[in-house]
Amino acid sequence: MFPAAASTAAPQVDALYVYLVLLSVVMTTLIFIAIGFFAYKYRRRSPDDPMPRAIHGSIPIELTWSVIPFLFMLVMFAWGTKLYFENYTPPRNTLDIYVVGKQWMWKVQYPDGQREINELHVPTGRPVKLTLASEDVIHSFYIPAFRLKHDVVPGSYQTYWFQATEPGRYHLFCAEYCGTNHSRMIGWVDVMDPVSYQNWLAGGATGATMSQLGEKLFEKYGCVTCHVTNHNGPPLNNVFGHPVQLADGRTVLADEPFLRESILNPNAKVVKGYKPNVMPVYQGQIDEEGLLQLIVYIKSLSQTNPQAIP
Amino acid sequence: MSTTLPLPETTERPNYLNVDYSWKSWLFTTDHKRIALLYLFSITAFFLVGAVFAGLMRLNLLFPDGLFEHDTYNKFFTMHGVIMVFFFLVPSIPATLGNFLLPIMIGARDLAFPRINLLSWYIYIAGGVFAVLAIVKGGVDTGWTFYAPFSTTYSNTHVILAAIGVFISGFSSILTGLNFIVTVHKMRAPGMTWSRLPLFVWAHYATSLIQVLGTPVVAITIVLLMLERILHAGIFDPNLGGDPVLFQHLFWFYSHPAVYIMILPGMGVVSEIIACYSRKGIFGYGFVAFSSVAIAVLGFMVWGHHLFVAGQSMYASMVFSFISFLVAVPSAIKVFNWTATMYKGSITFDTPMLYALGFIGLFTIGGLTGLFLATMAIDVHLTDTYFVIAHFHYVMVGGMVLAFLGGIHFWFPKMTGRLYPEMWARLAAAIIFVGFNLTFFPQFILGYLGMPRRYATYAQEFQVLHVLSTAGASILGVGYLLPLIYLTWAWRKGERSPQNPWQAKGLEWEQSPTPPPTFNFDVPPVVTERPYNYSEEVEVGGY
Ligand code: HEC
Ligand SMILES: [Cu+2]
Ligand SMILES: [Cu+2]
Repeated sequence: MFPAAASTAAPQVDALYVYLVLLSVVMTTLIFIAIGFFAYKYRRRSPDDPMPRAIHGSIPIELTWSVIPFLFMLVMFAWGTKLYFENYTPPRNTLDIYVVGKQWMWKVQYPDGQREINELHVPTGRPVKLTLASEDVIHSFYIPAFRLKHDVVPGSYQTYWFQATEPGRYHLFCAEYCGTNHSRMIGWVDVMDPVSYQNWLAGGATGATMSQLGEKLFEKYGCVTCHVTNHNGPPLNNVFGHPVQLADGRTVLADEPFLRESILNPNAKVVKGYKPNVMPVYQGQIDEEGLLQLIVYIKSLSQTNPQAIP
Repeated sequence: MSTTLPLPETTERPNYLNVDYSWKSWLFTTDHKRIALLYLFSITAFFLVGAVFAGLMRLNLLFPDGLFEHDTYNKFFTMHGVIMVFFFLVPSIPATLGNFLLPIMIGARDLAFPRINLLSWYIYIAGGVFAVLAIVKGGVDTGWTFYAPFSTTYSNTHVILAAIGVFISGFSSILTGLNFIVTVHKMRAPGMTWSRLPLFVWAHYATSLIQVLGTPVVAITIVLLMLERILHAGIFDPNLGGDPVLFQHLFWFYSHPAVYIMILPGMGVVSEIIACYSRKGIFGYGFVAFSSVAIAVLGFMVWGHHLFVAGQSMYASMVFSFISFLVAVPSAIKVFNWTATMYKGSITFDTPMLYALGFIGLFTIGGLTGLFLATMAIDVHLTDTYFVIAHFHYVMVGGMVLAFLGGIHFWFPKMTGRLYPEMWARLAAAIIFVGFNLTFFPQFILGYLGMPRRYATYAQEFQVLHVLSTAGASILGVGYLLPLIYLTWAWRKGERSPQNPWQAKGLEWEQSPTPPPTFNFDVPPVVTERPYNYSEEVEVGGY
């Protein structure tokens, strides 16, 4: 009846689910018993039974059976909302991993440079934050054992955070229909204890970290010319995690979605003191994986510990 | 050799069926009753097509590795959804029973706009032709939800044909709704006040409001989808600067209210049946009537509960979740009032009553599992899994289809002048009930275990539950075939029905001959009592 439970969220979701199941069972039983009882007790015994007396209704009864169930529903609402906010708001100091969904596979990149397809290795006991991007259509990143799912929407970054509790190998599914091999867009999550995880990390490093790869792209796409060499663009040190003043007077927080937009579509939010239409539009030029590397690189230029970004 | 001409079968009095047998008299009819039958035959045909696709899906799902190509399976579930939702469920009760009964129940000769009524059927057929064309030319694989950017950019199937079909058929739904609203306002017989309207009429009135206000939005959404697909307008595709989630907002702005189009009329049918076979007026008539309208209004404010995992603002989600709980209250009120109606009644268990009781049971389960999905933290785990499939089939099939069948049996004598074989009918009702539960109950469990929907292949551990579900579907299939057979038989050979075989209340039984003449009544009807006045009480004061 229950799938494996391997995250801090899982037992909490299960508890709420049990509350809902119990309530539903009670409710259904009450109604079924009432129907069964009335059906038996008030069955017509002979065709010439007299017509029953009319009962038109009663406002107190109507109010009772509207209000009492509604109170139980308010509990569902409050409990479900609280848990949802917790499960969807990542804490500070997460271990960050980057996932790109693409017809029909999951590509995973670790800041240290490991890469995998349709596999995700994570340690227990530490909050992990995945930044989800899609190369094409909408997918949905779903790990039933964690009781968590989040759509992966092209053109944006979505976050998925969890803290794994039980080492083991769990299903990873794509839950949003995405074309031909939607049901093959599946993989495994390997939850490991912290020691095994460290060993795994050490064994899988490929040489270049994500930020080093990002730095290469920074040169390849000519970002370095404007942002470092000739100062046509603002310096990117200490941008991530800090407020940015825009030319239109607004101030926004430089989080991952902001960096993404600043690169792909720089004229959408122009930095104060700089002109629009100077930085080239990179929409369609850089693939999602490269973009994530660039962003990890820009993040690494922020010296101060950036504030946690929800 | 001598030939004896067969005697004319009966000395039947003229009615809407025997006035004219020519093809023309059917295809150009403006009689709401004949149009209702035209709809009945067409939606039954679509139901059969949709059911065949369902059968093929269940066959595929017997095996973890599937049986058909992935693309083929994807087309099966898409065509199943498109046909069942847009070409069966939406028109099911309103266009058939509603069309037939609404004017008679309020004492009118016809709907307010008889020719528009005929037009709506032709529009429906035109939409259906495009849908069939989409199937014949190779199918569609987007899912009935047509989510962008898959539908706009990536799918290489006949999206446009199917979209045109849905677009066109929407207008038939709008016209039916419009016709009902005007008819209820303008054509009630003397004495048929709003508080004397049968609950069937109230339910259809509420449904019509949704049809008129909601359907244009889906029409616009489809136009945008086509603009995007053909002209790359940049509305939904992020590569062109669009927003894919916008599509979901627009789509569910119609399609959530549409689920009430697909259930409210069923609730109307159930109210009529419960009252008749309990020999009692509906407990809390005013609450049941008003709850239909409340559902229709609140139903427009909950669409965001389909987007809890789509990156919608958490605060917006919170509001949508809250209103989704609110909309459960009027539904619960109905269930309680139906149950209370049976209290101290004089109950018999003829086939329509069996369907109505089945409806209450299954709708209760469907409704309660809806609360699971309105609870955000639970929805995160359950959305896009088999739990959702089970939930809405409990409402749409366990609810609407049972109500439809119950209604068809209840008013079969009215429509055809014949009685159906009661024993066969009860047997079929029982088979459908068992088959349905066996098909869909395992899917709740599959869902919580994490089986995603729209999967052509699946992990080994889900197989047992899938096999159970397929077994149930085979039983359900037999259950559906039975009424098709015995009702067809009864229409030709069944025993003739008296005017009011169930001793039911209501203008359609008490004052209109069975089957009704073309203009429904021989004598202009007058209403002098409250609805469902089984105990023949005299009305005192306001009601
Ligand atoms: C031709 C010069 C030029 C090039 C090349 C260029 N940029 Fe820019 N960039 C700018 C200018 C000018 C701005 C400020 C105006 C604006 O916000 O659009 C800017 C702004 C930004 C910002 C926002 C900075 C802030 O303080 O909020 C980011 C991030 C950024 N660029 C990243 C990149 C990356 C990554 C590349 C390479 C893929 C790149 N830029 C290439 C000129 C350039
Ligand atoms: Cu998918
Ligand atoms: Cu909905």
